[in-house]
Order: sequence, then C-alpha cells, then structure tokens
Amino acid sequence: MSEDLPDTLSSAVEVGGDISKVTPARLLIGRAGTAYRTSTQLQLRADHAFAKDALNATFSLDESPMKELAERFDLFEVESEATSREEYLARPDKGRRLADGVAETLRENCPSGVDLQVVIGDGLSPLAVTSQVPALLEPLLNHAAARGWSVGRPFVIRNCRVGAMNDIGEALDAQNVVLLIGERPGLATAESLSAYLAHRPRTGDTDAQRNLVSNIHPGGVTAEDAVWRILGLVDAFMIQGRSGFMVKESARPTSLSEASGR
Amino acid sequence: MKRSVTLRGETFNFLDLRELMARANEPKAGDRLAGIAASSERERVAAKMALAEVPLSAFLDEPLLEDDVTGLIVDSLDREEFAKLRSLTVGELRELVLSSNFASEWQRGVKGALTPEMVAAAARIMSARDLITAAAPLRSVTRCRNTMGERGVLGVRIQPNHPTDDIAGVVLSALDGLMFGCGDAVIGVNPAGDAIENVVALEHALHDLIGAVGAPTQSCVLAHFTTQLASLERGAPVDLLFQSIGGTEATNAGFGVTLQGLADGREAVLASHAARDGFIGENIMYFETGQGTALSVDGHGGVDQLTCEARAYGVARAFDPFLVNSVVGFIGPEYLADATEIIRAGLEDHFMGKLLGLPMGIDICYTNHVEANQDTTDQLLVLLATAGCNFVMGVPGSDDVMLNYQSTSYHDAAGVRELVGARPAPEFAVWLEQTGIFVDGRLAEGSANGPESLQAFAESVKELGR
Repeated sequence: MSEDLPDTLSSAVEVGGDISKVTPARLLIGRAGTAYRTSTQLQLRADHAFAKDALNATFSLDESPMKELAERFDLFEVESEATSREEYLARPDKGRRLADGVAETLRENCPSGVDLQVVIGDGLSPLAVTSQVPALLEPLLNHAAARGWSVGRPFVIRNCRVGAMNDIGEALDAQNVVLLIGERPGLATAESLSAYLAHRPRTGDTDAQRNLVSNIHPGGVTAEDAVWRILGLVDAFMIQGRSGFMVKESARPTSLSEASGR
Repeated sequence: MKRSVTLRGETFNFLDLRELMARANEPKAGDRLAGIAASSERERVAAKMALAEVPLSAFLDEPLLEDDVTGLIVDSLDREEFAKLRSLTVGELRELVLSSNFASEWQRGVKGALTPEMVAAAARIMSARDLITAAAPLRSVTRCRNTMGERGVLGVRIQPNHPTDDIAGVVLSALDGLMFGCGDAVIGVNPAGDAIENVVALEHALHDLIGAVGAPTQSCVLAHFTTQLASLERGAPVDLLFQSIGGTEATNAGFGVTLQGLADGREAVLASHAARDGFIGENIMYFETGQGTALSVDGHGGVDQLTCEARAYGVARAFDPFLVNSVVGFIGPEYLADATEIIRAGLEDHFMGKLLGLPMGIDICYTNHVEANQDTTDQLLVLLATAGCNFVMGVPGSDDVMLNYQSTSYHDAAGVRELVGARPAPEFAVWLEQTGIFVDGRLAEGSANGPESLQAFAESVKELGR
C-alpha cells in the first residue's frame, strides 16, 4: 500500500470537519438506515422547489439589475422563434433560431465583422443572467478592447438556446461569438451561468465546433476567472483559426478554495 | 415496402420500415419533436401490430440509414447464428427472449446474431415487466481491475463531481462514497474544465486515492476522449477510456468522435496497461449514451430515438467495453417529457443493451426542467435492480453540484442493494469487509454515519496497510 496513505486520508479527515470549505456537495450527511436523515430529505425537497421556480423566473431590461447594464452598454432585446416558456421547453429547435426579421434588426443595430460579439441569452435560468452577467460583462468587454479587438454591441436574446449562435454568426459575420446563457438550475445553485464560444459560427455548426466555460457562479468559477478563460479561448481561436473540441484550454481552472479567497 | 393494418375498420398505411418503427414506438417527446411519432394511440398500436409481423431479415434487406455505424453493425453480425433466426418475426423474437431457457441460447450465440434494429423493434412491443423479465437472466461479465456483472452483483459508480474540479472536494466526495460501499464500477469524475492539465491532475488524484485506500477498482476522468489520450501521453494513469457516443455517424461527428479514433484510443490505453500492475482483463472502455442524443445534434436521419439508442449500443459492442450506461433523464423534456417516459426509456435501454451483450448500467436521473422528481428515480432504481442492471450512479445526496441534475445517491445505491440482496463486485466486496465498511455483506452500523466514520475508516485503512 502506498506510503502517502496517512497524508491523503488525514487531510481528508481534517477537511471533513468543514466540508463547505472544499465543496458544495452534500457529504458526510449521516443516514437513517440507508435512507436520508429527515433534515436531508426535506432540504432536498426545498432546493428542488426553488430550482423549479428559477426556471420560470423572468428579467426585464427595464428593471434592476439589467436596467443599469442596458443603459451602460446600450443593450437591446430580440427573440428566438419560441414565443412562450412552454414552447421554449418543448421545442429547442425554435430556441436555436432567431425570430423572423431579427437578423435584419441585428445588422441595423450592430457592427458586422467584429473580432468579438458578446450575446446574452436567458437559457434555462434567467436568474443566472441577472446574478452573474452584471459582474462579467464590463471586464469582458474592457479586456477585449484592451487587446485591440473590435467589439460588437451586446444584445439579449429571449428564449434562447445555444444553437442561436449559428444565426448570429450568419447575421453579423463576427470572428468570435460568446454567448452568456443561464444553465439548467441545479439544487445547490439555480444561478449558474455558462459561456459558449464559437469561431465564425455558421448554420449547421454543433457543439463539436464550440467551447464552453461552465459553472460561472460565486461557488464555482468566479466572474474574474471566467473572463480570463473566455479571453484565453478566444486568443486560441484567433491563432488556430477554429474553435471546438480540437482547441483545448491551456490551464486548469482555479480551485474553489483559491477562488473564494480562503 | 408498404405495410398496412386495418384496425376496427380504420386502415393505417406505413410507407417504409423506418416510418413503421417510429410510429410503433412508445410515446417519446423526441419523436414528437422530430415529427415522426404516431399521430394517435390507434396508429401507434396498428404500427406495433404490423411490426410484430416483420421478419428479422427485413432489417438487413432494408437498412434504416446508410452510414458507418450501419456498416459496423452489418460487419459484426454473426451470419451463421443469424441464419437460424432470419425467418423469425419481431413478434416471435419477443416470445423467444421471454422464454424460460433463453439465457443459455443467448449465451451460446444468439447475442451475436441480433442487430440493434431488431432489438429495438422487439423492445417497442414489450411491456415494462417484459423488459425487466427478459433482461434479468442475461449477464455480461467484464474485467478491468475487478470483475463486474456477475449474477447478483450491482455495481456503483462514484461520481464525485465538483464545480471547479477542486481536488480536495473530489477526493472527499469519493471517500464518502466508498464508506457506503460504492465505487466498485468506477470512481469516475466529470471534469468541469476540459483543459489537459486539469484532466491530468484529476487522473493522478483518483489514482492516488485508490492506491492509498487499496480498493480494487478503476478510475476515470470523463473528458473528451482526445483529452484523456493527451493526458495519457503526459504520463497520466488512464484506467478506463471514456466517451459519449451516439447511434449514427452524424451524431458521433457532432461529438467529435470517429470509430477509427476510438479504436486507436483503445489500443493506446491497452498498451499503457501492459506497463502497470493490477489489470485482470482487457475491458477498458466506458461509454455513455442516451435516447434523444442523435436528434439533439440533428444527426438522427429520420430514425426514432429508441432505434438510434440501440445503434449506439452497436457501436459500444465493437469495443468490448467495461461499462456502458445511458443517462436516461439527463437530456431534457424535449426528448423525454416526464417521469413516465423516463422510466419507460430506462427499462428499454437496459433491456436492449443487455440483449446486445453489453455490461449495461443506467444513470437514473432527472433535471429540474422535466416533470419528474425524487420518486421517479426511486421507482426506476428499484425496477432496474430487479432487472439485474450492472451498475448505477452514486452521487452525494443525489445532487450533482457540477452538472446540475439529480441522480441516484450513495444512500440510494446502498439501500437498493440491501433491498434486493445484491452484492458489490467480488474483489471489492472482500476489500469492504477488510476495511470494516461491510460486516457480513452488509453496510456496517458505524460506516457512512457522519464525519466520525471518516476517522474510523482512515484508521482501518492504516491498520490494513501495516
């Protein structure tokens, strides 16, 4: 058996006293027979109830915190082909396409052919957008501009799926598109955001041509780290002239304990 | 081919085998989304009746799709064995797999004589109990660093995911799972980041953990297979090579996967095992699948999602995998709408995988945007345990804090083993007794019972090491 046994286990035993330092996972929670303790069982039900509610939350560009963001970055809103939340859930194909006339709206309101086009989509958790995007958008756009990239006018897509990036690429011919979109709400957090990235997205592109920075929330990847990783990936796209699974991120994400300053 | 059925005076026509298969399927949101589902319950049952009369040979004469997956399926068919079955109809195949002595016939050769399409056809004219009863006697035993799949064994994958891949968080989560007797199938983490450095760090961490506690099991970091191979080149220990796969060439292209790439990857990992200790077999691949995958990447080619799923098993079968599981409630309500569809799909996937000879497990799960809940996973878990499922997932408190969905928990896995009298893998069971996690084949009173248990486990592992 390995020599480092005491270290591996004793450090785990030490951490075991304060699990939340290293993970949001539900560890060492005891049991009743092989079932959950009553407190665990009811907490799971409560968290599920909140996650279900987060799905149907909405945000408006006329209300805080999106209002301030809209004023500062001149945000405007367009829609996918999905016209209701119900249709959005049942018909992902509609969420992947921009509604009729939106391509023209985009061409009228946004510069074409920019190096970086940032787009905000509600996705499955509008709450994730209102919670994470305010801290993320400004540093992302500032750092991009500081690198000498031309940066497009950001906008919001209502009832948006990741595949909408293809229509955006077709409409605006951006070199790189970053879609900030609410992830499926989980039990530990309903506020997790993803950034999907694509180089020159076009009709027919799939996830194989996209890269992803996920779990952007205070208990996961911080806004600061997310910006750094997004910029790193876009750098790689520009050098390699492509995006997708062939483009690997070059460094491991900061650990939770470091990210949260512990 | 044109087939028609008249049901109480109403005639239903089916254009071809592909359409007939789609119409005969049980209700699935994904088939509705693709516009290929039956338009009424009457049409659905008419299609089932027509399908039951179709001879198995029709599936070779009339391929539903022409691509490299079809090529692989046709090439790997045992023609000699199939000759004995070719005149059987789908309805007769259903009765054959339900017959009391089928398991020995299957073992003797029938499992190599069926294509995924034939299996997928039979599944859609079977009830839930049919799917359970037919699957239960079929065992697929595989070996990597331990032995999975023997009769009476229910394995558990520890899934210690973390939103930022924090090593201490992953290791602590895995230790918690071990104390429940989980982890014999694999300790397999889905990385939050696909960076090579990140995957290398996780691979070393899991390998070191397994070495430190002395558990006879295998690890896996479920990054894209090309990333795992890149980490292997950097000297990381890769026990199992993982990849998500689909049942059509277009689906696999959407995942950045080719059949040749998988074959080359398997060879590379096998070669690396030759230089390491502890491997007792050459089943080293781990695949995940799920109904609706092909449609989600627009790679279904008009074929229904049950058939696409079976074809994914046809792909898996060609690589002698150690583990295969469908992730049955993960994909969302546009493919499996609710608890009814998820439970049905879980039973179908398990049956089809087993009949095709795979070491089939199921990630019994649901997301928060589907009409399902903890009762759904509880129900499917009990059903699949009675069906002889090879393994299920163990996620702490059922809450995957990285992928944001709920699967079966360490508690659930330990509980269902006790409920149906299932054991862990034999080598792992010995280790569980040595460490005091199990006493006489059952979870010990003091194990997995809060933070104090971890201290006791560490002490017993230390004792074992002396």
